[in-house]
Amino acid sequence: MTSRPLRALKVGGRLVVSVVLTVLGLLAVTFFIGRVIPVDPALAIAGDRAPEHVLQRVRQELGLDQPKAVQFVRYVQKALQGDFGRSVLTSNPVFDDIKRSFPATLELATCGILIGAGLGVPLGVWAAVRRGGFADHAVRVMGLVGYSVPIFWLGLMALVLFYTKLGWVSGPGRIDVAFEYSFERTTGLMLLDAARHAMNSGEWDAFRSAFSHLVLPASLLGYFSLAYISRMTRSFMLNELAAEYIVAARAKGLSEARIIWRHALRNAMVPLVTVIALSYAGLLEGSVLTETVFAWPGLGLYITNSLQNADMNAVLGGTIVVGTVFIGLNLLSDALYRLLDPRTRDTR
Amino acid sequence: MKKHFLSRRAFGQAGAATLLAGSLPLAFAATPKDTLVVASAFDDLISLDPAEAFEISAGELMGNGYERLLRYDVNDPTKLLPDLAKSWKVSDDGKTYSFELRPGLKFASGNPLGADDVVYSFHRAVLLDKTPAFILTQFGLTKEQVKARLKATGPLTLTLETDKVYAPTLVYNCLTANVASVVDSKLLQGKEKDGDFGAAWLKTNFAGSGPLKIREWRANEIVAMDRNDNFHGPKSKMARVIYRHVKESATQRLLLEKGDVDIARDLTPQDLAALASNKDIKLTSTPLGTVYYLSLNQKNPNLAKPEVREAFKWLVDYDAIGATLIKDIGVIHQNFLPMGLLGASKDKPYKLDVAKAKALLAKAGLPKGFKVTIDMRSIQPVQGITEAIQQTLKQAGIELEILPGDGKQTLTKYRARTHDIYIGQWGADYWDPHTNADTFARNTDNRDDAKNKPLAWRNAWDIPELTKKTDAAAIERDGAKRAKLYQEIQAEFRKSSPFVMLYQETDAAAYRSNVEGLKIGPTADTTYMFLVSKK
Repeated sequence: MTSRPLRALKVGGRLVVSVVLTVLGLLAVTFFIGRVIPVDPALAIAGDRAPEHVLQRVRQELGLDQPKAVQFVRYVQKALQGDFGRSVLTSNPVFDDIKRSFPATLELATCGILIGAGLGVPLGVWAAVRRGGFADHAVRVMGLVGYSVPIFWLGLMALVLFYTKLGWVSGPGRIDVAFEYSFERTTGLMLLDAARHAMNSGEWDAFRSAFSHLVLPASLLGYFSLAYISRMTRSFMLNELAAEYIVAARAKGLSEARIIWRHALRNAMVPLVTVIALSYAGLLEGSVLTETVFAWPGLGLYITNSLQNADMNAVLGGTIVVGTVFIGLNLLSDALYRLLDPRTRDTR
Repeated sequence: MKKHFLSRRAFGQAGAATLLAGSLPLAFAATPKDTLVVASAFDDLISLDPAEAFEISAGELMGNGYERLLRYDVNDPTKLLPDLAKSWKVSDDGKTYSFELRPGLKFASGNPLGADDVVYSFHRAVLLDKTPAFILTQFGLTKEQVKARLKATGPLTLTLETDKVYAPTLVYNCLTANVASVVDSKLLQGKEKDGDFGAAWLKTNFAGSGPLKIREWRANEIVAMDRNDNFHGPKSKMARVIYRHVKESATQRLLLEKGDVDIARDLTPQDLAALASNKDIKLTSTPLGTVYYLSLNQKNPNLAKPEVREAFKWLVDYDAIGATLIKDIGVIHQNFLPMGLLGASKDKPYKLDVAKAKALLAKAGLPKGFKVTIDMRSIQPVQGITEAIQQTLKQAGIELEILPGDGKQTLTKYRARTHDIYIGQWGADYWDPHTNADTFARNTDNRDDAKNKPLAWRNAWDIPELTKKTDAAAIERDGAKRAKLYQEIQAEFRKSSPFVMLYQETDAAAYRSNVEGLKIGPTADTTYMFLVSKK
């Protein structure tokens, strides 16, 4: 028998080790893939026209003349000191680039998952309750469309309809050009910054603009994750509704609403939390296609563009962020598990 | 299970809220009156330093933000206009050029602009030795020599001495390039770190004197330029010009149709065609200094045969490509000098002629054709053109295997000359015929470890005679004679080169009909946004 604090320490220690190992492994894989793709990173900096001696010098400056293992170790050493290097494409420190592009993605993904989970779970429940009925089919078709239609096409069509034809929402970009320099961007989360500006000045125009730019891409991402979440909810719910404790609850004479929401859903929530957390992580990685269509300067575009130019500092920096997000959300869903399901709590 | 799991009232409330949110007029179209908004894909931008920047997007920013001694006239690219210099001349021996600046010039920062700033800027570009530095060093302004050969002779006068006699047009034309932009020496000296001439700072900042000053560049998001009230000439009509990074052509089109941008710069032929019927939108286009070509690596024994080289030129359906694949974005052109440059030839001897090509292949001992690969960038219109050529080559028995790749990937292979065939483009580095002649028709050393690796080298085309002729054209002082020399070089090139020249690119832009004064320049640095106004 060990004491409680000691055990907590052990668990915490194991956690840190596993996180560090995961991130290191992720970095190693990304680094070596990046270095074996047949693209010369010096080309991205110096360009096709550069004389040979300029290219050579650039390769040296990038440390490309060193063995790959040495390059990797150097990178990790610097990264540990908080120096992720400079992006060759943007000329900025990678840290600054990510600080700018990640909030754009975070804002979009968070609104997306709120819509996705907020609507997906009730729809899934509804479909399970009305299994085989109209509601079930309707939700299934909606989910299938959301899952199988290319998001690129869906995005363009949504723009044509809601932006060009109906004029309900603003178009691509995060905010109207008129507000581009009208307020301070402290957090990088446009809604938040605009809201703070609005509180101080009483001018809500910038906030409305930011909101109306966000609505469409967030709904689209939301729809996309809704499709998946509602299907999973339905299947988890069906499992629960067939269980014996539901029969017992009915026999006790509990109301149907109480049985569905308090008993069945509560148990279905346990696996559902993981599904939602992973969907969220997937959105946080940045949806390249959505970001392309909506000219949204997020993380997905940043990483993809960097990868195409073999801008490894930027790619690795982005990978660390995405990896950390995944690990973080995994840990969070584990913690929620414990909260939701008493059996997973350590009872010793 | 008959009871409702969600009450009707709750459902109704949620529905009403959704409807309300949907019907609120959230969008405000139209751009601010004093701001010009341009949708453009500028992910190629890597630096705002004129000594380093060599990308197309950067060119446009440099052209609006920085001044040089001279500019060329966009309406007649063979004519020169004063910019910072009010007069210039060349000595009788043809080696010393002298310039006199306008008086009372100022940078956007407020610092005065004099001959020492010009000298500093050239020294800086040469000593930093980034990609575009060769435009200046080719006259002997080497790292060792630049301080002796370029000197201020007074507060407003300076002289430039070349290592030998060159065609004066060549020297002047090179001085219109971005790399010859004049930067604010006092401002940069304050930003200097470890003797870098402020290069780290200038990558993302501004130190110029042009009609617009660069306020901010947020990579893949926005570039904002403001009017420079210290500019000596007519002030910019717009108070602010904003470039928004929009990668996707369809998105650019939607923004333009809706009026959220004033100008869209990167539209596909399909989107341009669709906009042509919109009465709120106008189109404009200009032939650029960029030519597209197919090149045959002479290291491949089949491709090295002169008859095979010629056969390829008869196996392209130029008419079909011109009428469909490059409609509105290019015109068929069969010479390495783009139209608009001194001496550029219009001759177009080749058309699709399978019988002739077959006869040539038989003469080369390959009557049944052969198999060969091509490295292709997976973007339009290159992909469509490659597929079209694959079809026409097949008619003569040549089987073309397409190896698609990303731009940097195919380029890496091309530069190592391990390709068979490559399809690509070349844009003029400065507005003089030598820029293209130097790469297409000049190869001083064909060995694998050569110091210079022009396009002729990349295709292992060994041409001592043509190289001499190209060198002669670069130093011919008589303009008319010089033009004639380039005509001859192009004629020889059309006949025997391993390059199948395809077309000259046209840059097209679409803009709202209330925009006035937009003219796309033949080079990126001559698209002047400061001349544009809005009604």
